[in-house]
Amino acid sequence: MKYIEGFRNPGAAAALREDIRALTEALPPSLLRQGYGGQANRTTNIMEVCGSHTMAIARYGIRDILPSQIKLISGPGCPVCVTDAGYIDTAIELARRGVTIVTFGDMLNVPGSDTSLAAVRSEGHSIEICYSPLRALELAREFPEREIVFLAIGFETTVAPALAVIDQAIAAGVENLSLLVAFKLVPPALAALMTDPDLQIDAFLCPAHVSAIIGADAYQPFTGSEGVPCVIAGFEPLDILLGLKGILTQLGSGIAEVDNQYSRVVTDAGNRRAQALMETYLEPADVSWRGIGVIPASGLALKAEWSRYDAEQRHNVRVEVGKMDPACRCGDVIKGIASPFDCPMFGNVCTPSSPFGPCMVSSEGSCAAYYKYSR
Amino acid sequence: MATSPRILLAHGGGGQLSRELIDREIVSRFGAGPLQGLPDGATVAVDGPEVIFTTDSFVVQPIEFPGGNIGDLAVHGTVNDLAVCGARPRWLSLALILEEGLEIELLRRVLDSVKAAADDSGVTVATGDTKVVARGQCDGLFVNTAGIGDRLPGFELSPKYLREGDHVLVSGPIGDHGFAVLAARENIHIKNGPKSDSAPVHRLVQAASDWAAEVRFMRDPTRGGLASVLNEMVENSAIGIQIQEERIPLSAGASAVSELLGLDPLHVASEGRLLMVCSAAAAPAILDTWQAMPEGCGARDIGTVTDAAGRVVLETLMGGHRLVDVPRGELLPRIC
Amino acid sequence: MCLAVPMLIKEIFSPHRGLCDLDGSLQEVDISLIEDAVVGDYVIIHAGFAIERLDREEADTRLALFEELATLREALV
Repeated sequence: MKYIEGFRNPGAAAALREDIRALTEALPPSLLRQGYGGQANRTTNIMEVCGSHTMAIARYGIRDILPSQIKLISGPGCPVCVTDAGYIDTAIELARRGVTIVTFGDMLNVPGSDTSLAAVRSEGHSIEICYSPLRALELAREFPEREIVFLAIGFETTVAPALAVIDQAIAAGVENLSLLVAFKLVPPALAALMTDPDLQIDAFLCPAHVSAIIGADAYQPFTGSEGVPCVIAGFEPLDILLGLKGILTQLGSGIAEVDNQYSRVVTDAGNRRAQALMETYLEPADVSWRGIGVIPASGLALKAEWSRYDAEQRHNVRVEVGKMDPACRCGDVIKGIASPFDCPMFGNVCTPSSPFGPCMVSSEGSCAAYYKYSR
Repeated sequence: MATSPRILLAHGGGGQLSRELIDREIVSRFGAGPLQGLPDGATVAVDGPEVIFTTDSFVVQPIEFPGGNIGDLAVHGTVNDLAVCGARPRWLSLALILEEGLEIELLRRVLDSVKAAADDSGVTVATGDTKVVARGQCDGLFVNTAGIGDRLPGFELSPKYLREGDHVLVSGPIGDHGFAVLAARENIHIKNGPKSDSAPVHRLVQAASDWAAEVRFMRDPTRGGLASVLNEMVENSAIGIQIQEERIPLSAGASAVSELLGLDPLHVASEGRLLMVCSAAAAPAILDTWQAMPEGCGARDIGTVTDAAGRVVLETLMGGHRLVDVPRGELLPRIC
Repeated sequence: MCLAVPMLIKEIFSPHRGLCDLDGSLQEVDISLIEDAVVGDYVIIHAGFAIERLDREEADTRLALFEELATLREALV
């Protein structure tokens, strides 16, 4: 546990807190933004793009130890939370047709248009929870008479493992396994955010393990004179504090660069093997993000030549964009424009036990956190 | 007819095979006490005018896991429910629901564990029942135990007795049972991981009885883990609880599996740990007493009762604070 | 997204399969995404796959810095 616990050293955390406080006090006042709805407190808004950062920030109570001017905004980077309701509907339809669905546990309670996979499992349909996509291959081999569909969601990190499973299935001649693909990409999401004139974000805290795959250079387009600081940080609490320190240092000196604070894992170019797998099997696709809408080229789909491993083709189903309630403000919450309290659905139609948008689906999403702490 | 190595429906039919199964497997192990002669009901002795009475059912999968099986779990679960109510466990019932096809060798191992755990816990199996159901109607083997215990003098236990400034003690590392069972499920492929902490806590309760008047409340943090028990204690109450992350004891195995599966150890079950809230004055003495016992050597003082009404707060390793919430439902490995 | 933990490769069974250790707990993982993986490498495990190698020198440098920060702070307090 040395390479885990060493990054949770309380003494070092106390020292970094002081550095962060000093850097925050030294920020030029022009960098402080007006708070929501004309609130008096002005803030510097930092988006943690990635859901695992959101979870770690909550788990270690990191908001609690930051100066009040630093506002952390949870970005769109939880692949489970931004999974469109239409995708869940398709998975449910496949399960009801007798297909065995293999999925990460996180997906079980994500709402579709009418119901969830957990509810469908209770009806007796075959839904297997896995820790690894390799489980789907094991099941396909064990039950050659059954059709197995793996719910292939995730950002770049999770894409490569799912493709490696298909690679191995092809090598082993396994033919009863396919992927229901909803892969998403971080850089196009950042690009979409950056071009939004309403965006109220001063810097990005960039994901740890997505960056391990795509490499630190992938964030170059978001930096420079028109850009914002992009600092890559690991998921341990000291990594996060170092990442924030790196961001505040850049903001204080008026620069916007890529700074890799997770250099023990992330290289400039990323994991070439994983990238090669993605190039072999996948091509860019326009995909829908729950609560945000369709972002061009922000996802990946299987190339036509691999259609026999594409659950949509193999089982003749089509993932439609799910119904979106126009009242949901998740898109604005993610951009830092609105607070969860500004959303008319918050706390009445949309609650943690019956979530609607991505910010409530994740247990540590902005809305779920506001709900929990305002009880 | 050759003896079948598996349970047949006929083993539950009330005929010769039923009789043989009971004689060979039940009476041979538990037949010495009130069970002698297999009366319809057991006559048992108790010490005082009041007893504590409880029941629990056990459906754990897999039936055998590192550190235990459904048999010792079924004894410890009920013994611990009695103990945390301030009782000395005395008598146990044992009801088995067997699935047709169950290996009799596995049943024997489970019953051996029941016997060993009952002896260790100072309880006697006084009555029981065995049913066999057709394949698919249960998952191998389900167990129900009910228990009767003598009320120990001096304990007046309820969350309503919690006072600001009281201390929260836990008798050892948490979560090992839940993590061991999760890791034993075949699709996670973890070897040499945590072992279940399944064990009786009645000796820890007995050892604290010198300070009984200073003990406010006790629970064993099983399903839902420490988080659920702590939240239940302060629900709709004028007080809250604050615990400190650095004081929460965790085994190396539990830490590893918690990292791998992304699960909060506060949400994961222990089956041999005691959580106690007691006065600040009594806490050091009880802790010292526990730490001198094999089952309490990992005991820690993890926090205090506060005036934050209804809130369970964790002070993290980073010095921040967060609410400790109850797990949503089943524990599932996360990727996020 | 993307919970992952560093583990030590203890054994390599094939170009695909290896046995990794986290403080005594052992897990069989897929190592096919790591170029030239060898026993003794630390790798980052996500969903049963090693997704990248951990650079021990970089990690140790960081840990030494944290130790130093903690010690300095203790001296101050």
